[in-house]
Amino acid sequence: MIEVKNLNKSFGAKQILKGISAVFEPGKCNLIIGASGSGKTVLMKSIVGLIPVNNGSIIYNHDTDFLNIDDAGRKELRKQIGMLFQGSALFDSLTVEKNVIFPLNMFTNMTFKEKMSRVNECLERVNLKEANKLYPNELSGGMKKRVGIARAIVMNPKYLFCDEPNSGLDPQTSIVIDKLIKDITDDYKITTIVNTHDMNSVMEIGDYVLFLYKGEKFWEGSRNEIMNATNQQLNDFIFAGRFFREIKEQNTKRLSEEKNK
Amino acid sequence: MVEIGVGSVGIVVIVSVFLGAVVTVQTAYQLTTPLISKSIIGSIAANSIILELAPTVTVLILAGKIGSNIASELGTMRISEQIDALEIMGVHSSAYLVLPKILASTLMIPLLVIISAFLSIYAGMWVGEFTGAVTKEDFMTGAIQYWIPFMANFALIKATTFGFIISSVSSYYGYYTEGGALEVGRSATRAVVVCCVLILLFDYILAQLLL
Repeated sequence: MIEVKNLNKSFGAKQILKGISAVFEPGKCNLIIGASGSGKTVLMKSIVGLIPVNNGSIIYNHDTDFLNIDDAGRKELRKQIGMLFQGSALFDSLTVEKNVIFPLNMFTNMTFKEKMSRVNECLERVNLKEANKLYPNELSGGMKKRVGIARAIVMNPKYLFCDEPNSGLDPQTSIVIDKLIKDITDDYKITTIVNTHDMNSVMEIGDYVLFLYKGEKFWEGSRNEIMNATNQQLNDFIFAGRFFREIKEQNTKRLSEEKNK
Repeated sequence: MVEIGVGSVGIVVIVSVFLGAVVTVQTAYQLTTPLISKSIIGSIAANSIILELAPTVTVLILAGKIGSNIASELGTMRISEQIDALEIMGVHSSAYLVLPKILASTLMIPLLVIISAFLSIYAGMWVGEFTGAVTKEDFMTGAIQYWIPFMANFALIKATTFGFIISSVSSYYGYYTEGGALEVGRSATRAVVVCCVLILLFDYILAQLLL
């Protein structure tokens, strides 16, 4: 579990995060949604310690305050974190196999055979069995994301962070990536936090949804609650497209008819 | 080590051969009086090569190649979040990425300077022979006659210092790149310019302190 309390972050005079508090529970896909510039990526990078915050607290697993632990403790905690970056962040000079084995080489005493077995298991998990010897520049966008996921889960993390996992992907590949993230979360019972503004992802995997608007928490709930939410900014964001607006209208009409009956 | 050392041998060979040839021809051009022995050409050329041309001019060329390479590599890693990925894994990214570059550069650049000095002297000797400015024997007699062993130490001290400057300055500019592709280019350019200025500055400081 990750609990964020009253998190504030400013860049110069501009306040990006304004007193954000949220609880991200294990075994759930926790989604942070919001328009571009709403502070999603800053929040995620603050939670993993890539961006220092001004004040607030970030509690991992009930008792570890991430902002008040020493370097050694932070390093240990980070071994339990896997992260999929927006651009995948694969190491260009390494093959797929070497990218995935990298954390194992750095932090485990496993034999080469054991490491390769784990690498192949992870690549198989993301449906990339034949890509071991390819370099990142030989992969498609969806394949890069899958390798990124394989690398993120190779150390059996307790926490998985995904920053815009569907950016630049076609709808079909996006669904594959969403399903993969959901399955991994369910299978390993890990705490997953996903940054997205893809409404399909929200509807497919959003067990818990946190909506940010101009750096503030404006709404939180599940994907089922989102259809009936009354928050104006959330509705403007979610139902900006005609497809979702029509679904919302049909839903409202249905509820109204049921009420009249 | 391979990238910085072996990868730079080609440019070092080209630069060194031409430096040696030019310094011999130009020295011979200035020494027209029959009162001065021809062997002085060898002495001036060899001393200039060992004291200044091999450790400074060659390294200035290497600053362009190695410096821009390091800065753009680290800059690209920064903007494509590869450095963030290392940090998330719990890897100390600056130690993991920068330290090997500093070690490789500090070790390999003195070796490249030694190669450069030998090649330049031999190129100067052969060009003197071919152009008739000075015979091989006279050139080598002059080079050996006025040889001071400390010059080699001085050249190596300079090369080691410059190797450290190139790798550390370039790594700094690359590692702290912010923005996109344009900023990677700017970081590389800044790294090379600052390296060149610092090399020239330390060239003077070391000469003043050690000679």
